[in-house]
Amino acid sequence: MIEWSPIILSFKLAGITTVLLLLVAIPLSYWLSYTKSYLKPVIETLVSMPLVLPPTVIGFYLLIAFSPANWFGEFLDKTFNLHLVFSFEGLIIASVIYSLPFMVHPIQSGLNSIPVSYSEASFVMGKSRMTTLFKVLIPNIRFSILTGIVLTFAHTIGEFGVVLMIGGNIPDETRVASIAIYDEVETLNYATANIYSIILFSITFIILLTVYVTNGRYMKRIWK
Amino acid sequence: MIILQLKKTLDAMDGKMELDVSLHIKENSLTTIFGESGAGKTSILRMISGLMDPDSGRIEVNGRTWYNSAKGTNLRIQDRKIGYVFQDYALFPNMTVRENLSYALKKKQDRGIVSELLEIIELDNLKNRKSGTLSGGQKQRVSLARALVGKPDILLLDEPLSALDEGIRSKLQDYILRVHEKYRLTTILVSHDLPEIFKLSDKIFLLKNGKIERSGAPSEVFLSKNISGKYRFTGTIIEKTRNDVIYVIGVLVGNNLIKVIATEDEANTLKIGDKVMVVSKAFNPLIMKLNNS
Repeated sequence: MIEWSPIILSFKLAGITTVLLLLVAIPLSYWLSYTKSYLKPVIETLVSMPLVLPPTVIGFYLLIAFSPANWFGEFLDKTFNLHLVFSFEGLIIASVIYSLPFMVHPIQSGLNSIPVSYSEASFVMGKSRMTTLFKVLIPNIRFSILTGIVLTFAHTIGEFGVVLMIGGNIPDETRVASIAIYDEVETLNYATANIYSIILFSITFIILLTVYVTNGRYMKRIWK
Repeated sequence: MIILQLKKTLDAMDGKMELDVSLHIKENSLTTIFGESGAGKTSILRMISGLMDPDSGRIEVNGRTWYNSAKGTNLRIQDRKIGYVFQDYALFPNMTVRENLSYALKKKQDRGIVSELLEIIELDNLKNRKSGTLSGGQKQRVSLARALVGKPDILLLDEPLSALDEGIRSKLQDYILRVHEKYRLTTILVSHDLPEIFKLSDKIFLLKNGKIERSGAPSEVFLSKNISGKYRFTGTIIEKTRNDVIYVIGVLVGNNLIKVIATEDEANTLKIGDKVMVVSKAFNPLIMKLNNS
């Protein structure tokens, strides 16, 4: 019988990361879509960096930053009693950073595709930016938001390098499914590695298929 | 009374353009801003609504200052009482027709206005349809109704009918006139369609390259001299044939083809595609070219 905790841990990590990212990404994407600030290209670049940077680089710098031997890690430790190295909390923060583009990009492109006149019409009717965002913009980009949620979730499940660097391989704390597979292979436990792999393969396949089906015309054809 | 003094440098197709206009608009009038595309018509509406800030100037509506660059006054868009019908309608696809109208209600406003407008603009049978499923003319009606929910001081119409075909156009013009009268609105229309302007407006401002070139009643602006005609129609010349010593000019007015006789001299000044006005003075129809440039 296999150990289920790595799978459960992976899902817990992906779930929490997705919720946090949704809260971060909506205001950030809104700002990116409408700002005329000179900072915009810089912020956009930073958001996209995790797409091209090896996960080990991000993991390495987070490891250094969170280490209690450095001022930032020491500050977190003393002020909030937070130990982000080799802990589940540390994994969440790393995942949020690592999956940022997967949530921000779909939402930002969704917002960009909405005609400016929607917001303008809403303002002219006396509605605030907040009301406009929640009543007009978000309902009209729900498919983009769904895409962001699903991609973030799937991408977090597929994380390996960042987790290994910052979380290590602590059972029930940081040993997520992808790490467990690596661990089982190292100990030549191919059968268990295979089961974990099949589970991850099937789940990510189903998740991505859902995205393509909902965003393509297939859905509209079936549910007219 | 609405007083507009607006100055703004706009990015036009061929470089920068200085918009510099001064308009006085009477309460409860229907005023048209007429001009070629790129003349700055839409920019004027955007500045009235607050969607665009002038570089300098003053906007005063019924005694209240909305904008004054000298005093640093600039009323928020949300606080200006405006009804704005956008060129692309700007209906929210996630809402039904009724929801689109209800969204425009102010806090604590009586909801009765929504049903009233649905009835006046004959949208009752469409009220539960999602706005994405409507035709262009229907969308335009919803957009007009929605702009009126908040009981605006000024109704701004940005080429509201340009994308619609002739029959629907004429019907929508009737709706515009109807609500303009009923709610005693001050309406500002942007248009470059002559028949529409003649039908709707009390006064027009002719805008060219950011400046007001002429203003007055439509007939004063478009006709070089006043004519005491009994009937007048505007239309487009679609055919010109010679018949012995006279010419027969076919003019399309709305959906009707009207044949008018012209002398050779008159016919020489007219060509197919010209916008003309057909006037029946006593028994002789006169035909004359409209001065619209």
